[in-house]
Amino acid sequence: MTQGIGARIQRKEDARHLHGRGNFVSDMILPGQSEVAFLRSPIAHGRIRRIVKPSGAENQVFIRADLGDVAAIVAPATVPGYKLSEWHPLAHEKVRFVGEAIAMCVAPTRAEAEDLSEQIEVEFDELPVLVDTQAARMESTVRVHEQWNDNVFLTLNYESGFEAKAKGAPVVIRREIALARQAMVPMEGKAVLARWDDRTDQLLVYASTQVPHIIRIGLAQFLGIDQGQVRVISPDVGGGFGYKCILQPEELCVAWLALKFRQPFRYVEDRREHLVVGANSRQHQYRLTAHADERGRLLALDADITIDGGAYSAWPFTVALEPGQATGNLPGPYDFRGYRCRTHCVATNKPGFLPYRGVARTGVCFALELVIDAIARAVGREPWEVRHDNLVSAADMPYDNVARKHYDSGDYRKALILAREKIDLDAWRERQRRGERDGRLIGIGFASYCEQTAHGTSVFSGWGLPIIPGYDQATVRVTPDGGLEVRAGVHSHGQGMETTLAQIAHEVTGIELANIRVLLGDTGTTPYSTGTYASRSIVMAGGAVANACKALIPRFLAIGAHLMQAAVATMKYENGQIMGPRKSVSLRDVAEAWYLRPQELPPDVDLGGLEATVGFRPKRDTGAFSYASHAAVVAVDTEVGAVEILDYVIVEDCGTLVNPMVVEGQTLGGAAQGIGTALYEESPFDPNGQPLASTFADYLLPGPTEIPAIRIHHMQTPSPYTEFGIKGMGEGGAIAPPAVIFNAVNDALRSLGVELTETPLTPRRLLEAIDRAKSSTQPRVKNS
Amino acid sequence: MKAARFDYLRPGDVGEALAALANAEGAKILAGGQSLGPMLNLRLARPALLVDISRLKALQQLEDAGRTWHIGAGVTHARLEDARGRLSGGEMLSEVAAAIAYRSVRNRGTIGGSLAHADPAADWPLALAALGASVNVRGPTPRKILVAHFIQGAFTTTLAADEIIESIDVPKLSRAGRYGFYKFCRKTGEFAEASAAAVLDPETGVASIFLGALRGIPQPLTSLAQQVAREGKIAASTEAVSQALAQSVSGLDAVEHSMATAVVTRALMQVLAP
Repeated sequence: MTQGIGARIQRKEDARHLHGRGNFVSDMILPGQSEVAFLRSPIAHGRIRRIVKPSGAENQVFIRADLGDVAAIVAPATVPGYKLSEWHPLAHEKVRFVGEAIAMCVAPTRAEAEDLSEQIEVEFDELPVLVDTQAARMESTVRVHEQWNDNVFLTLNYESGFEAKAKGAPVVIRREIALARQAMVPMEGKAVLARWDDRTDQLLVYASTQVPHIIRIGLAQFLGIDQGQVRVISPDVGGGFGYKCILQPEELCVAWLALKFRQPFRYVEDRREHLVVGANSRQHQYRLTAHADERGRLLALDADITIDGGAYSAWPFTVALEPGQATGNLPGPYDFRGYRCRTHCVATNKPGFLPYRGVARTGVCFALELVIDAIARAVGREPWEVRHDNLVSAADMPYDNVARKHYDSGDYRKALILAREKIDLDAWRERQRRGERDGRLIGIGFASYCEQTAHGTSVFSGWGLPIIPGYDQATVRVTPDGGLEVRAGVHSHGQGMETTLAQIAHEVTGIELANIRVLLGDTGTTPYSTGTYASRSIVMAGGAVANACKALIPRFLAIGAHLMQAAVATMKYENGQIMGPRKSVSLRDVAEAWYLRPQELPPDVDLGGLEATVGFRPKRDTGAFSYASHAAVVAVDTEVGAVEILDYVIVEDCGTLVNPMVVEGQTLGGAAQGIGTALYEESPFDPNGQPLASTFADYLLPGPTEIPAIRIHHMQTPSPYTEFGIKGMGEGGAIAPPAVIFNAVNDALRSLGVELTETPLTPRRLLEAIDRAKSSTQPRVKNS
Repeated sequence: MKAARFDYLRPGDVGEALAALANAEGAKILAGGQSLGPMLNLRLARPALLVDISRLKALQQLEDAGRTWHIGAGVTHARLEDARGRLSGGEMLSEVAAAIAYRSVRNRGTIGGSLAHADPAADWPLALAALGASVNVRGPTPRKILVAHFIQGAFTTTLAADEIIESIDVPKLSRAGRYGFYKFCRKTGEFAEASAAAVLDPETGVASIFLGALRGIPQPLTSLAQQVAREGKIAASTEAVSQALAQSVSGLDAVEHSMATAVVTRALMQVLAP
């Protein structure tokens, strides 16, 4: 069976996880280890007047003043007008959201540490709370950050050809669309264990992170110690989704404890903390005006976007990432030339916004795809047809869009046509006309998107972030028995990269997959990388692994030629064999010569030996664009407000598939999260900024029974810019589900004059909309 | 999210459990722990002593007592679920049990614990009220009380601090008896958004409909039940149910009214199905 690129093989990671033998921070126990619990703010906004530590436990409780020189987390960006926030690892003078860490408590067990945290007395002068995003944007006196002159982190303005294209358009569609705030809910939350190692004179930090090398830089910077004094090891990680691509204040706190007391300390976020402190993503509000012709061809789009940035800007990616991505990605996979967008990122008394799988694109896809359907209804055409006519055509690839994104390759229209065929639109339309025996209403929805992946230096440097991704590197090393070790600085937390990077190494070297070991996530043993985020790792680390493996082949040939006493020019390398004109030697023979019998090596042997570290960057680093069309059929129960997904099809193109099963797993997982965004997940806050969904009783996640049997169909259009034409795809699954489900529900409810535009689609929202439509005198939806 | 300190006792019999409850300040009974466990970890419940009755044999009986099924308070939802086909006249018990939360919850959660906890959205208070079941309470003075009277409000019952639920007596339905149980949950395993139970038995004259998942106790829809018993399907139309709810249940907003109408109508459709 083939093991290289394209092979459908099971993951190397599976055995240990299926047998419960993974090694997560929560599994680790070191001698003398203490557990840490945080006292978190019970109020959303207030001045700290006084903190009293429990008497007798003063040396187990730490507040901001105890941390001394540890710097506040400040995340700079050069985007004009962006305002800085100071996020202290423990609250300094003020608290700005419920759940902000005020003190940390240390005890032999977590329960005892929590006992201590209950005994701390904190007196506050409460301040007015900013919860509503629009109100915070307009607020004149209350400030989340005193040194600011308003509560706006950032306003972006973009305009290209809008007035000329919008002028005189016969169809004008206006919509207000919103997504709820939500948490990312990885199976494992934050987790960090730190200890001091006297032997290496290093702080050893085990962190559940996507970005160990970035955490190393951040810890050293904010603790004020040398980079060389920090080693970050990311062990098994139970999901990241963006939640773990930043420096966590808790990581800084626990690292400080280990540095100060030279003992091991551990903190593991619990689920309640996650749902309170992690309520930090997706919350966008859109006011869109689309200008189209009589056939529904989009001419120009006017957008006003408000993003609830919460209280703090996280390091290193900053709260500016989300508005930047929203502004740049709203035009989606469509071919139009008039665009105007104002995006406001507002500070409120909520946890600071973080980039969640899909980063802004779930929101912009939701907003634009609902508008495309509204246009279709307005011009009386099938939504898929209007969508099709607006998609960038394959003939126009590569295509530079109205927001200056460079779409590298693909056939967006074909993906949509395939989705329509696979879902069997005509059959469902027929069934929809017949009606259901149980009275439910059937609806069919489509959504299309394209997704910038593995975008690099030119994109990130434009934002002036403190960390800019550049060349990713990989180290490969042949072992004395002819196996291969692969090391890369990215990390894998569900993506299966221990397998897919090995497949790439096998593709180049022919070494059996079983004899290739992939080591990730340790700053002490892997070359530098900014890490795993932005659907970049298989493109970047995969490219580096390929380059490093290629660098070894001439060395295999040189040694092999010497062993066979033949000319190098006559050598060929195939499947782990160095083939001469008459005989051949194996890679194992070559490895044994290098390591064990150096007397057999040629005198001019390459001193790099059987080990190479080589970097990679795509030929063009503006991104390899994956894309997909999703199609879904729903049945809506208009009496209780329930939505059942009857069928769901994904047609996706992420370029060359390294392992179709891994791609399918990633796509399904992302789609499950997208279904959560569409139907279940929401972190509401009351007017005092109190989070109302702090347990799974109130924060609903889709479970296995809520996820339909999603059918995935692959297309493969190689990217012209990456190694093997691979495109990233880790986020895509989570982008389209809210759009496709809402479009399907709105299709079902069309006869009732109901159109839903706000996530999640709860039974209450659905029934209220039906109720409003019934009591409205107008039979049709306004604005159409 | 770790529990505050507490003491733990595993009594050998019900008497020992009752003595512990009587003697200790702030003692709490632990049965399946499916609600109490999370409340302990969230530190919403902070008992000084947990009295673990989950292994008391005396609370495990599941007996045919002639006109009733006699069910020990410690019987798990899973046991009732797995008794499907073997509870003649008590078939509704298996059906309700099988739809409670997830199997892992059903493996530990108990029927007595559910009644004692009295979550308004739980299934047993609703189903057992509709079936006319009674609770046998042990304490200083043993007593028997209808489920519909035992539960007084959200998370509130008549159970005193020194009392324990010993068993539940569930009247059997005759062969002509019919039941319906319908709940709407946002996802599998969640507590209900709206729920209804209906029992009609022409032989015994039982006619009851209860609406659950409200802010307080399950609400009886007595006159609707009698009307349906008399007139059949005509009285169970969506319009009739909607009107009955408007008359007998106060405080429902439009959405709640719509959901309540749907679940009651659907429970009645099961009862009236040929």
